[in-house]
Amino acid sequence: MEQGLTHSVAAPRLSAAARRRQLREKAVAGFITLMAFTGIAALVLIIVFVAKEALTLFTDADARHEASLSKMFLPQEGRYPFRWQPVSDTPKVSMIPLFVGTLKITLVSMLVAVPMGIFSALFVAEFAPRRLRELLKPVIELLAGIPSVVLGFFALMVLSPMVKSLFHLDRPLNGTLAGLALALAIVPVIFTVSEDALTAVPRSYREASLALGATLWETAWKVVLPAAAPGILAACVLGFGRAIGETMIVLMASGNADLVSWNLGDSARSLSATIAAEMGEVVVGSPHYSLLFFIGVELFIFTFVLNMVASTWTKKVLQRLTGSAS
Amino acid sequence: MKYTTRRAVGLGLTGLTALAAFFIVGMLALILLDVARNGARHLSWAFLTQPPSDGMMAGGIFPAIFGTAALTLLMTLAVMPVGVLTAVYLHEYAPPESRFARWVRVAVVNLAGVPSIVFGLFGLGFFILFVGGNLDRLLGYEEMHWAQPSILWASLTLAVLTLPVVIVSTEEALRAVPLEQRTASLALGATQSQTLARVVLPGALPGILTGAVLAISRGAGEVAPILFTGAAYFLPDLPTQLNSQFMHLGYHTYVMATQSPNVTEASGPLYATVLVLLALTFALNLVAVIIRTRTRRKAASAH
Amino acid sequence: MSLQPQNPRAKMEARELILRYGAKTAIHKVSLAILDRRVTALIGPSGCGKSTFLRSLNRMNDLISGTTHAGTILLDGMDIHDRGVDVVDLRRRVGMVFQKSNPFPKSIFENVAYGLRVGGMKDKAELASRVEKSLRGAALWDEVKDRLDESALGLSGGQQQRLCIARAMAVEPEVLLMDEPASALDPIATAKIEELIHELKATYTIAIVTHNMQQAARVSDRTAFFYMGELVECGPTEQIFTNPREKRTEDYVTGKFG
Ligand SMILES: Nc1ncnc2c1ncn2[C@@H]1O[C@H](COP(=O)(O)OP(=O)(O)O)[C@@H](O)[C@H]1O
Ligand SMILES: [Mg+2]
Repeated sequence: MEQGLTHSVAAPRLSAAARRRQLREKAVAGFITLMAFTGIAALVLIIVFVAKEALTLFTDADARHEASLSKMFLPQEGRYPFRWQPVSDTPKVSMIPLFVGTLKITLVSMLVAVPMGIFSALFVAEFAPRRLRELLKPVIELLAGIPSVVLGFFALMVLSPMVKSLFHLDRPLNGTLAGLALALAIVPVIFTVSEDALTAVPRSYREASLALGATLWETAWKVVLPAAAPGILAACVLGFGRAIGETMIVLMASGNADLVSWNLGDSARSLSATIAAEMGEVVVGSPHYSLLFFIGVELFIFTFVLNMVASTWTKKVLQRLTGSAS
Repeated sequence: MKYTTRRAVGLGLTGLTALAAFFIVGMLALILLDVARNGARHLSWAFLTQPPSDGMMAGGIFPAIFGTAALTLLMTLAVMPVGVLTAVYLHEYAPPESRFARWVRVAVVNLAGVPSIVFGLFGLGFFILFVGGNLDRLLGYEEMHWAQPSILWASLTLAVLTLPVVIVSTEEALRAVPLEQRTASLALGATQSQTLARVVLPGALPGILTGAVLAISRGAGEVAPILFTGAAYFLPDLPTQLNSQFMHLGYHTYVMATQSPNVTEASGPLYATVLVLLALTFALNLVAVIIRTRTRRKAASAH
Repeated sequence: MSLQPQNPRAKMEARELILRYGAKTAIHKVSLAILDRRVTALIGPSGCGKSTFLRSLNRMNDLISGTTHAGTILLDGMDIHDRGVDVVDLRRRVGMVFQKSNPFPKSIFENVAYGLRVGGMKDKAELASRVEKSLRGAALWDEVKDRLDESALGLSGGQQQRLCIARAMAVEPEVLLMDEPASALDPIATAKIEELIHELKATYTIAIVTHNMQQAARVSDRTAFFYMGELVECGPTEQIFTNPREKRTEDYVTGKFG
């Protein structure tokens, strides 16, 4: 180990061991970087391969005829201008009932989940005593751990008769039922993100308000909530995206009829449930098959946009409240 | 308004928020109790260990338990190395302000938001048709061998779906390893990879395992992505090959609940199946949440 | 590039060293020799760049993003930033003990053996003997010899810091850098560390940062006074404390500011 001065007069040369070590470190770092590429690759591959199967709709003459954009989005002649019956003798491929169904179910779920999520987040972040808060937060988040197929099952077995008699509906499976069950799935999302946003509000905001004589509620409602508003909006957008894409609950509870009806008691068919219900029977490469992938592209784009909006807002609230960019 | 009235109004509204929170807890309890009560009635050793018979009305659900477990195991084997190393890149290797790292983060956030049914389409379009189709062509299979729904493709689809879960938990775990330990290791002449293997990863292990448990819990409960990538309603044989199809608890639940002619008659085995599924997913989730809450509290009190 | 050291007894030497954190200059044109087998104390008001200087001697500053340097640092006449110098080899020759003790959450034995293991030592008997030697060297052996397998986190603060010294000594560096090693310890533990430094200087070259004047006077042979990123004066400790050349040094060592 001990090196005399005589050795060191020569210019230092990297020893073979050091060179090997540096090479190994470079290899490890390269491998790890490559692995990190997987996330990007996955997202790109998802959109590329889902879009690829949908592309036939625009390239294949047959498909273009059977499922043109005008047939998908414009009213058709006949008694029913908007129908989704892709496997009948004359296939009808209007996406309008699917949009209406998705939107209807999603709106019902948001109507319930947004106030529930924000209110419970307010309670946990602002009002609950510490012990209760530490218990409630993980318990509410546990709801997110219930598989959606179980929530769908629960809707079918328990909620369905309750909803039917409560709202005097004709059908056991309908948009209201699907929306309510869906609310169970997105409430934890809205709760968690809102609660994080509320907790990020500095204590000084609250102290200033309380010192001015505001009550605890006024402080929470007029000071803390507005300060956390972008984060809470982000929570709602995130929940909205989740609701649009959620499949099993809607598939099991909505009744899946292709109606263009804003009546909440009617059965409804959503975009995601349509893919799930029909992909199993479809002929690979047929126009119907491409249509289902096309719906997939639509879902991907909707949720992608909603996600970007939500993450931008979340970042904004963090930036504003903590003054840091992370 | 007088202060006392304002206080009263505030208290009333505060009560409303409490009501919302407890209502959610109540719904959770209702679901759990309903499934536990009705499921336990039909649960038996035979139910857990025997294959179904008599058109699913009798016998057990062993193949579905086995299929779910095998599927989840394969998924875990695929997602853990990739997810952990991605997090390691983001937290340990990425240069500060790295644009690539920022892209990875954006991708991960968006991956987490892609609807699960779209993952199913992706599994079909990419794994089965593209990868499987090309494999068959390359390996010279006459009939479909890889280009069909199977446990391998389903598990890889789920691995992509659970990737964000693993990345996010691992990164949190890495954050919890104090910087001083890395510094100490490097100051002793350890290389970065030695520091990673001997100090950072062991320190982050509890958090990484929590991530694995969360991923398993999530993956085992997802049905939409496996609808057309490998799940089957009934199979006489257990999946023994990577290209076998498999039975699955969640898929089983879905089909029995929506397609059996008489749901009330089937409700015994159905509830028991759901109970088993919940035991697998929910219980794992519970474990993860408890560990996580405890480590977070410990980390908070350590500072 | 290799330069003949100006002072033949300098183990390490900084020449016109400039160090910046981004745009902020933390060290400005510091030239300082760390003499072989002597204890050099670095003193100065907090924020004057002592830690920064110390960290640059084994290139720990490389780990902080945004740092840039100019000037030269020599170890045995060899430029430590030369491409032919591997930073891992450098850190094995120039060890470091930190202000806050930072044992790994491993057993006492594994903590001390860590540097040896990552250096490739596998032989159990050899490891055990080196661990014992280091623990004895750090005057910790008698206190821990019966519980080598227990977690290092169970030790007291002073013991933990001596464990960190033992851990650094185990790889047998030539230079030991210590950044306020006793600042978080009680007087008894501090006395033990100081005693230890006295014994260590027979074999090691030591540079120690301290904000405690008495400590600098007690343990060091030479003292360097830093102020606002510059080296004001460096000389035999005796002279710095009794007869400083600079007014600022005198004001600082007599406690007029700092
Ligand atoms: N990681 C860092 N990033 C930016 N500036 C730093 C960093 N570390 C130290 N500094 C700055 O460099 C100067 C010298 O700091 P330091 O070497 O820690 O001083 P000392 O150890 O003498 O108290 C201080 O002004 C400090 O703010
Ligand atoms: Mg310092």
